[in-house]
Amino acid sequence: MGKITGFLEHTREAPERRPVLERVNDWFEVYQEFPTDKLKDQAGRCMDCGVPFCHTGCPVNNVIPDWNDLIYKGRWREAIRSLHSTNNFPEFTGRICPAPCEAACVLGINDKPVTIKVVEQNIIDHAFLKGWVEPEPPRRRTGKKVAIIGSGPAGLAAAQQLNRVGHHVVVFEKLDRIGGLLRYGIPDFKLEKRVVDRRLEQLVSEGIEFRVNVNVGIEPTADKLMKDFDAVLIAIGAEKARNVDIPGHDLKGIHYAMDYLTQQNRRCAGDRFGHAEEIDAMGKRVVIIGGGDTGADCLGTAHRQKAASVHQLQINPMPPEDRHETTPWPLWPFQLRVEAAHEEGGLREWSVLTTHFSGDEEGNVKKLHCVRVGPKPARERMPGSEFYLDADLVLIAIGFSGPVRQGLLDQLPFEFDHQGNLKTDSSFSTSVPGVFTAGDARRGQSLVVWAIAEGRKAAHHIDRFLMGSSQLPL
Amino acid sequence: MYSLENKPGLPPPQGLYNPANEHDACGLGFVVNIKGEASHDIVLKGLQILLNLAHRGASGCDAETGDGAGVLIQIPHKFFAKESTALGFTLPPPGEYGIAMCFLPVERQQRLVCEGLIERITREEGLGVLGWRDTPVEGDAIGRVARASQPYIQQFFVSRPTGMDADEFERRLYVVRKRTESQVAQSDIRDKNFFYIPSFSSRTIIYKGLLLADQIGEFYSELLDPDTVSAMCLVHQRFSTNTFPTWQLAHPFRYLCHNGEINTVRGNANWMNARQPVMTSPLFDDFKKLLPIIQPGVSDSAMLDNAVELLTLTGRSLPHAMAMLMPEAWDGHNTMSDEKKAFYEYHASLMEPWDGPAAVAFTDGKMIGATLDRNGLRPARYLITHDGLLVMASETGVLPFKPEEIKIKGRLQPGKMLLVDLEQGRLVPDREIKEQLSSRQPYGKWLKDNLVTLDSLPEPARMQEADHSTVVTRQRCFGYTDEDLRLLITPMAGEGQEAIGSMGVDAPLACLSDRPQSLFHYFKQLFAQVTNPPVDPIREELVMSLTSYIGVEGNILSEIPENCHTLKMPHPILTNRELEKLRRVSRGDLLAHTLPTTFSVIEGERSLKRALDGLCRRASLAIKSGYTLLILSDRGVDEEYAPIPSLLALTAVHNHLVREGTRTGVALIIESGEPREVMHYCLLIGYGASAINPYLAIETIEDMAASKELPSGITPEAAVKNYIKAVGKGLLKVASKMGISTLQSYRGAQVFEAIGLNKELVAEYFTGTASRIEGVGLDVLAREAIEKHAFAFRPLSDAEAELAVGGYYQYRINGERHLLNPETVSKMQHAVRRSSYSTFQEYTKLIDEQNESYYTLRGLMKLKTITRPIPIEEVEPASEIVKRFATGAMSFGSISTEAHETLAIAMNRIGGKSNTGEGGEDEARFVPLPNGDSRRSAIKQVASGRFGVTANYLVNADELQIKVAQGAKPGEGGQLPGHKVDAEIARVRHSIPGVGLISPPPHHDIYSIEDLAQLIYDLKNVNPKARISVKLVAEVGVGTVAAGVSKAHADLVLISGYDGGTGASPLTSLKHAGIPWELGLAETQQVLVMNDLRSRIRVQVDGKLQTGRDVAIAALLGAEEFGFSTAPLVAMGCIMMRKCHLNTCPVGIATQNPELRKKFTGTPENVINFFFFIAEEVREWMAKMGFRKMDEMIGRVDMLEMDTAVSHWKARGLDFSSILYNPQVPGRVGRRCTIGQDHGLNEALDNEIIQQTKEALELGTPVKLAMPIRNTHRTVGAMLSGEIARRYGAQGLPADTIDIRFEGSAGQSFGAFLAPGVSLTLEGDANDYVGKGLSGGLIVVHPPKNSTFAPEENILVGNTVLYGATSGQAFFNGVAGERFAVRNSGATTVVEGVGDHACEYMTNGMVVVLGKTGRNFAAGMSGGLAYVYDPQGEFVNFGCNKAAVDLEPIFDPEDVKLLEFLMRKHVDYTNSPLATRILEDWPANLKHFVKVFPHEYKRILAGKSKPAEKLNPLVASATSQANLMAIGERAR
Repeated sequence: MGKITGFLEHTREAPERRPVLERVNDWFEVYQEFPTDKLKDQAGRCMDCGVPFCHTGCPVNNVIPDWNDLIYKGRWREAIRSLHSTNNFPEFTGRICPAPCEAACVLGINDKPVTIKVVEQNIIDHAFLKGWVEPEPPRRRTGKKVAIIGSGPAGLAAAQQLNRVGHHVVVFEKLDRIGGLLRYGIPDFKLEKRVVDRRLEQLVSEGIEFRVNVNVGIEPTADKLMKDFDAVLIAIGAEKARNVDIPGHDLKGIHYAMDYLTQQNRRCAGDRFGHAEEIDAMGKRVVIIGGGDTGADCLGTAHRQKAASVHQLQINPMPPEDRHETTPWPLWPFQLRVEAAHEEGGLREWSVLTTHFSGDEEGNVKKLHCVRVGPKPARERMPGSEFYLDADLVLIAIGFSGPVRQGLLDQLPFEFDHQGNLKTDSSFSTSVPGVFTAGDARRGQSLVVWAIAEGRKAAHHIDRFLMGSSQLPL
Repeated sequence: MYSLENKPGLPPPQGLYNPANEHDACGLGFVVNIKGEASHDIVLKGLQILLNLAHRGASGCDAETGDGAGVLIQIPHKFFAKESTALGFTLPPPGEYGIAMCFLPVERQQRLVCEGLIERITREEGLGVLGWRDTPVEGDAIGRVARASQPYIQQFFVSRPTGMDADEFERRLYVVRKRTESQVAQSDIRDKNFFYIPSFSSRTIIYKGLLLADQIGEFYSELLDPDTVSAMCLVHQRFSTNTFPTWQLAHPFRYLCHNGEINTVRGNANWMNARQPVMTSPLFDDFKKLLPIIQPGVSDSAMLDNAVELLTLTGRSLPHAMAMLMPEAWDGHNTMSDEKKAFYEYHASLMEPWDGPAAVAFTDGKMIGATLDRNGLRPARYLITHDGLLVMASETGVLPFKPEEIKIKGRLQPGKMLLVDLEQGRLVPDREIKEQLSSRQPYGKWLKDNLVTLDSLPEPARMQEADHSTVVTRQRCFGYTDEDLRLLITPMAGEGQEAIGSMGVDAPLACLSDRPQSLFHYFKQLFAQVTNPPVDPIREELVMSLTSYIGVEGNILSEIPENCHTLKMPHPILTNRELEKLRRVSRGDLLAHTLPTTFSVIEGERSLKRALDGLCRRASLAIKSGYTLLILSDRGVDEEYAPIPSLLALTAVHNHLVREGTRTGVALIIESGEPREVMHYCLLIGYGASAINPYLAIETIEDMAASKELPSGITPEAAVKNYIKAVGKGLLKVASKMGISTLQSYRGAQVFEAIGLNKELVAEYFTGTASRIEGVGLDVLAREAIEKHAFAFRPLSDAEAELAVGGYYQYRINGERHLLNPETVSKMQHAVRRSSYSTFQEYTKLIDEQNESYYTLRGLMKLKTITRPIPIEEVEPASEIVKRFATGAMSFGSISTEAHETLAIAMNRIGGKSNTGEGGEDEARFVPLPNGDSRRSAIKQVASGRFGVTANYLVNADELQIKVAQGAKPGEGGQLPGHKVDAEIARVRHSIPGVGLISPPPHHDIYSIEDLAQLIYDLKNVNPKARISVKLVAEVGVGTVAAGVSKAHADLVLISGYDGGTGASPLTSLKHAGIPWELGLAETQQVLVMNDLRSRIRVQVDGKLQTGRDVAIAALLGAEEFGFSTAPLVAMGCIMMRKCHLNTCPVGIATQNPELRKKFTGTPENVINFFFFIAEEVREWMAKMGFRKMDEMIGRVDMLEMDTAVSHWKARGLDFSSILYNPQVPGRVGRRCTIGQDHGLNEALDNEIIQQTKEALELGTPVKLAMPIRNTHRTVGAMLSGEIARRYGAQGLPADTIDIRFEGSAGQSFGAFLAPGVSLTLEGDANDYVGKGLSGGLIVVHPPKNSTFAPEENILVGNTVLYGATSGQAFFNGVAGERFAVRNSGATTVVEGVGDHACEYMTNGMVVVLGKTGRNFAAGMSGGLAYVYDPQGEFVNFGCNKAAVDLEPIFDPEDVKLLEFLMRKHVDYTNSPLATRILEDWPANLKHFVKVFPHEYKRILAGKSKPAEKLNPLVASATSQANLMAIGERAR
């Protein structure tokens, strides 16, 4: 159980980020390595609670106290087994998860929570280093075929689970590389793509079939898909970006955040772009609309691209520095978050509504016209608070509204919920028998860890659908 | 249906009531003329003894009907000769006829059938029928209930044929009686329940009945006839746990009467039955006529009597039979002779002891004697007069004698025997009896030649190798979880200790769990409460033993060398090597055969039954082939074969062989991968296994050690050794909870209750085990085994190697479900912090709506609502309902001051009650705070440790709660480790900072029900205004105990569920001991109502009550009040860390760490919100059910029903009809408390004392009094002390303000809780509990001035003197009984000899012993000092338990000064000749004193800098200025 008095003896310590001046000049991950002895102390702060709130705070229900204890005792090999038993891809969550587990940590009631995420990342990185992440092909094949559409975290988690129980899994990806949002949505400075690649090697070795550049719905058609496969899982994410429908929104230099981020990720992977399609912040005055994670990713990317200035606008008022009383422990706290990207520069503005854009004669955006507003839900405009910002590049990062409804989604009689997501019953089944869905396509835009959790759960239900019962964990 | 009118004896089982659970206890005594001279005076004296023991008995709902009383005398020939002439027959000379005392049906026709039957059998046995005599009885002398059930009482006279010798005649009478009993039992005589033969002998006759002590002479008028003469008279006064009319259960039985309880009786009776087929005796032509030896359905005492009778009539002497059945603790006795040990060992290899607290008086008419159990748990005092009279009784002072008449005053010591041989006309000392017995046969040689030990067997040629590559697969197959390894096995293998946990149980019962469970987990351990004491297996190790003897059982009636041809096992757990030795044994009759215990999974669930049948057949065959050791092995588990649950395999074979009559021909040995935790071993042994080889547990531990999962440096061998040691400790712990001290008697004792197994399964495989709500059958057990098997042999991938997480002790999402989970805990906290009733309802919804996933029995219940609910406004307000709420007993020490006081303030604000817990209370809290809040706990707990229990503590209470058991660990004591005892806690507990504190498993003043009555009386005396409550834990039979508690005049009985509990507890106890409160409460309500005892006692319930629905259900099942612990803690911020035992509570509740305490943020408002929300929910339920007042709903079990829509694969088999049973009694019988108890306080001598000391009490003027005292004057001084404490607080009055001198024999609890300022001097002697809880007063006891005996050689005061004393002084010019100054925490005393276990658990204070000590002195003593005068060195070598103390010579001048000072005071007070002699040559004698210095105390003192400070705590208590003055004053 770790060290009984560990939490009394050690204070929280997390790995440091590389110096800003250094990291903004490269695309490598921002965090430095964490010494093993310190990691042991940190893991030893875990109190091994009778009711570990972290364990349910975590969407994949990582058995956090167990592996904290194992790390405290130096039993790395058992730790990765324990971690893998609930999470197919801890190397992703260990890097990019906002860690709701830490928000629910009991130590967080009146102290700083355990550095759960760091321990998680170290367990899996250590395991890869030691070569412990080996293919685990199934003992026997069931003869059933499952198609998974989308190779993001939900699709990959489901693929691995379903393959492990012996189904033949084919993953379809519309782009040229596997990984979905992991590969193209998240900047390298948060998740280097070698981390994705080394996991894919395992998946391939386990016998999962990947097909890229496939637009399901066109080829194969829905009918063919349904004929060829015993079950289908739609894990295409929620890529329909929310638009800023205000005057001037079609000016040049106004882009969706995801287009911007994808391009940089491709560039990091070696792809090159023509001038016309290139979105580059170098030397530009950049304004990001939207204060969430995607906005922060844009911020870090813009700095690395050497933007002249970056503003990040947020329509809501600045959150409190500490946990707001409406979100008491162990709930996910409403509070100000400062990401690594924020450390690197840029200006955050709160309670700002963009009313319209204006541009130059060539149709390039030049200014954002804004006004300060009150809080939700009225968001009253403050009289006399109008102002404008100069901008050469505007990035829109105000969220998504469900999966893009083309191809397959058009061809089968799916039902959608009022948020535009695919509607399912409690067993992840869509309104079309044999077709399941998981991840953002089902629950709307969310965290990678939720995508993994959904993929795993969907796998259980698909297995049950195919076999009558399932040994896969729910 | 039970009806009072037509069935004497106990009602049949109904609802949750089962007559098998009835208990009794009592007072007993005898008077005998040692020379054997018969006189009528002896009979009168016997009756006199009975009268003076009346307070040890009880009466029920009818005050005129006693629980039973009786006398046994020699047949008064003169009287009967006179009588018989009038009856038309003449009696032959004495000894040539026998008399049957007969209870017969009242109705004439039925009676004649019985008479005819016995006459016929008498003739068939070749005896002559002389005739019948109507025994004249006086019906008006007895109570209404007794009269209604009174049998027709006749005497039947039988003549001895010429040529038959007296012993043969006695045997023949036995045969007649046994045959008649069986034939009547099998007959269709309608009123056969009346039929009973109290005695049938040519030597003795018994007069008994459902009588009070003073009624017996009037009822049986012939006892008062001057011609009714006898040389001895044995008497008994009964206290039973029921009010049912039971004429036959009165003692004496034919050969004995008994005070106490045989804890192992079920096992003893079962083994006796199993042995019947091999019993033969040349003295009986046809042994079958005697069967059954043990009459079914009678009390434990009656069964013991059956056994004694058999052994005696088949040729053993009466002392021989007693020594065989109730042996001394010989195993490991350091001073016992080898011959005597051999005697005991020979008999141990023959049969298991009948174990339990017992004072037994026995007689066959030719000799009379008494013996005491091995632990001396019952009092037995005797005296011998100069003119040859011996009086033995539960108390001293039962007959008045002049001091100069008395030659010796003594007490019976543990395991010892007192015997008068009437034919020889002399007293036979214990030593002589035992020497005689030991030299009867060359037992030592017999053992040497026949007894086989494991060590002596040859090494096996090869043995089963560990197969480490398949360990995980097999672990999965046997259901091992990650928790089993991490939490249970690790501490056992790592440190040889059992795992500890906290915060009770909130996971589903096995029968409600979704997961495949182990069969073991459907059982719950039974434990001793009230009617018998649990034992402390650590501090009283000397009575405990793990040794057992296995092999073929011989004919116990013969005494031949071959009988001890058994295998001696020092420990029941076998390593692989040891098992292999057994498997290959060929020594004499010992020959082993292995039977596989697996079943094929391919054929599914039905193949389990087939496999079991096959197993039984093969077992029978093996026995026929001559095998004597059967090894039931599941080694053969593989892909196709799953293991039969090891317990099921065992009980299937066991029961099959019992039915077949071959069981005692073999020993059953378990070779299984399944058992791993202590409970598993307990069950296997408790159901009859002789030894167990847990091969997979062993391999698991080896693997864990090899992979460094255990503490570093432990080798696999050491780890296995540790584990086996821990199992041994655990077994003894579990046995001791039931009050059983030897593994041999635990084996087969079946002290378990099943929860959720169906009737067929239990009847077939667990015959005799209580299982009261039906449940799963063989099919579900098979399915569980198959699921585990599939999990093991069909993994997802080759790499998959995880065990199931378990999640029973710590929440895990894929583990067992918990009621207290992240969602419920946080919801409740959010609700009470934001005062949001709607959030609270979200919380309760999560708990109440169990629907498909059940946790608790109440989860399957439905409350019946009415179609038109009453408006909620008409329901009594929440502010009234919350007054019924109490918080549980959590001591200051276990939880922080902040948490403790927050609870108290909250409860005081709402008019509920908070509870001190065991640990005293700071007096500052008795005074309200400036803002009007009060931190005073309304309930003051009195637990076995008696920490801080002073007169002042007791008077500052509204309720005094006697904690007999607690839900988390019933039957166990507790321990507060030294590092937790800070200055504050030490002050409140009257102990020393840093010194660890132990609460003993039993209250040392409650070993039986009449003892409880005495403690209730004591407490009521100190604080007559407080109600007295008794806290019990639910188990089968708790209702019967509660009835006894009600008869003992408690005002409230609290029934705790097993799942409750916030404190630290061994995980075995937490999970496996006790049962849900639903069962316990329902049983309590049913039994109290059936006995018409409910109306005078309130009932409270607790055990994880969490919602308004829980409260409503509890009320309908019969509770008036409700206790909560876990939930209010959660309301204050507890997050179910379950680390209370580690002092690391991160929210400042269960910790004393000042840093962590700062983190406490709970408020009284949080707690108040919680209780009001609960009350609000209760109101809503009341409205829906149509109740306006809570009183209306108490016991309305008709408003509950079982949810019929249960489809859960296990839960669907449950049946709650026994819980929902409503006893059919007339309307006048109350179902809730409506009247108060009569505590009999107006009879207390203190009323008079208080009257006469008014001036002292009111003005502080000194008062001197003198008065006589008798044994019926109990608890003298306590009420007076309460008065003083109430007026003057702990300070009391100045020393000697009230000075009272008594003459005579004082009753129990003389000087209990005596307050400062009171000095009691007693010239005479006293009974048990002198100076109990002494709180600053002074007690002096010395023999009468004109006594003829040497005081230091005679017993002066009884057992358990100065128990829990906190301050004050006591000087005893004579010897004290067992357990002197147990748990003393501050009193100073001088005594001239003590019995066993003196100074046990002592934490402070000082004891000077000038004479002999018994064994086990200073066991568990952690503080204070003792000085023992030991000129012979006996104490140093044999008397002291040196585990916790050092023995040192006395050289420190401070010590010398102190000791001399106390010696001189002792002489001043008592004129002790011994002390005078010692002082006469002080320097020389000083060398003979030994200082007993506890290690812990020494360590603390060594930590202090100045030597001057060293003795401070002691000098402060013994020689502080005030005390010195007090003692000095007084001496002048």
